Amino acid sequence: MAELRTAPQEYVWIARMWVRSSLAYPLSFWTLTVGSALITLLDFVGLGLMFHSIPTLGGFGLREVALLYGASGIGIGVADLLIGSVEQVGVHVRTGTLDAMLTRPVPLLVQVCADRFAVRRLGRISQAVAVFGYGAWWVDWTLPKVALAVLMVASACLIFFSLFVAFSCIQFWTVDSTEFANAFTYGGNTMTQYPMTIFPREVLKGLTFVVPLAFVNWYPCLYLLDRPDPFGLPSWFAVLSPLAAVLTVAVSGLAWRTGVRHYTSTGS
Amino acid sequence: MTLIDVQDLARTFVVRKRAGALRRTRSEVNAVRELTFGIEAGEMVGYIGPNGAGKSTTIKMLTGILVPSSGRLLVAGLEPSRQRTELARRIGVVFGQRTTLWWDLPLRDSFELLQKIYRVDPARHRRNLQEYVELLDLGDLLDTPVRQLSLGQRMRGDITAALLHDPEILYLDEPTIGLDVISKGRLRDFLRTLNAERGTTLMLTTHDLQDIEALCDRVIVIDHGTAVFDGPLSDLHRRGGSHRTLVVDLVDEVAPISVAGAETRKVEGPRQWLSFPAGESAAPIVSAVAAAYDVADLSIQEPDIEDVIREIYAGA
Repeated sequence: MAELRTAPQEYVWIARMWVRSSLAYPLSFWTLTVGSALITLLDFVGLGLMFHSIPTLGGFGLREVALLYGASGIGIGVADLLIGSVEQVGVHVRTGTLDAMLTRPVPLLVQVCADRFAVRRLGRISQAVAVFGYGAWWVDWTLPKVALAVLMVASACLIFFSLFVAFSCIQFWTVDSTEFANAFTYGGNTMTQYPMTIFPREVLKGLTFVVPLAFVNWYPCLYLLDRPDPFGLPSWFAVLSPLAAVLTVAVSGLAWRTGVRHYTSTGS
Repeated sequence: MTLIDVQDLARTFVVRKRAGALRRTRSEVNAVRELTFGIEAGEMVGYIGPNGAGKSTTIKMLTGILVPSSGRLLVAGLEPSRQRTELARRIGVVFGQRTTLWWDLPLRDSFELLQKIYRVDPARHRRNLQEYVELLDLGDLLDTPVRQLSLGQRMRGDITAALLHDPEILYLDEPTIGLDVISKGRLRDFLRTLNAERGTTLMLTTHDLQDIEALCDRVIVIDHGTAVFDGPLSDLHRRGGSHRTLVVDLVDEVAPISVAGAETRKVEGPRQWLSFPAGESAAPIVSAVAAAYDVADLSIQEPDIEDVIREIYAGA
């Protein structure tokens, strides 16, 4: 438990080194930051253009889709910024840097996550915040809705957080499995940018009970938008997001421990 | 005090091999087996053996990176794999072929980070840094980005990094690999000073017998996962019957040289090869040769560690 208390501080120390490192190449730093902001910006512009030819998508208008898109974008953006580097764990195994990390008195997960911390990932988050802001402008805000929105964003971050960690753990067994992991992280982000109504019911079931991505934005947003659940699920699903987040964090923590134990017991 | 206590340590790996299109066979490899030794505080021990003998598997178990399959292992009273983080504060590890320093940042920055994550008292950190910077001659390099350092400079940086938290044990994996003769010498001097003044226990793996000769009172030779020799270097040479070779380039072609303590093995024109026991000093033979003959040039070939080990096996 003492490890948990000092972890954020240690994370900041290591992350700061990488920020300074990246500033050693200022031109590359700025082109990457601006470039990543532009790419994500164009992504939403594309969605907006689509609404030029169709009035609604799965029964949802552009403003409502913006809310879903923004919430999911903030979630994956923050997770990617803070712990996206965990995807590189396979590289650390291959090159042996993981061994060096294991000889340091800092939790391995902190070191792996803080490795190559890149400020340029803020580009994606700022775009998501802007889109979320645009969607939120049209919401009838009440106090419970504000509270739920805060919980939604926090849960979204934690759920993507866990997906990154849990799927990266596969690399302790098969070194090159990032593509498979990306299907759930970035793929999950793409799916949750749209209303669930465009998918068959089975997909929603999977995204609720198997990989709980629907809790990232879908259920809470339905409440924020004063919409009954199109699939007929009770409205209290909206407040289950924090629970889903805690569960996924627990599962990914377990997966990480198992992965590290596998590594230290096989050395491969 | 026994600092490293290894008893009947074993480590097996499961290896899967393809046998045919789909079938795979599963076999167990004993990377380390029946390994027993103890290292006292303040010792300097060379841990040597051919590639694949189990050297790095042992070091990984000693540092807590790998869990042993069986046997007893205590380092500084701790069980490495279970108390890895706690142990990390008491040991230093230097991997010769890769750096743990921040590539794009000045050396100074890496040292500052280490002070924080090892929670070294700032005053003590300053004192240590000052001392190591002086001993390793890093003063002008502190503000240079690591990527601009030479291999030797980087190695000195890495060693400082591993020592700033005052570890009781320093593991060095091939510390002199790729270094020029002067850098090697300076590094060995430093390690000797470190051991003498701070009492730091050193354990190094190396392919360079001169590292061992210059530093280690004791050598552990490992082969096929188990210790085949444990004792002083001179005993190793005696047991392995290993020889050094003095290559003499004479001014003229003469009959085979005959001096006491050496045997002429080969003559090729003006060049002659003399072999003598590796445990003996070369000085009397060199001066005897130089006194009796017109010498144009001299060089000494060290016995190859792999040869010495092969001899031990052949003799066993």
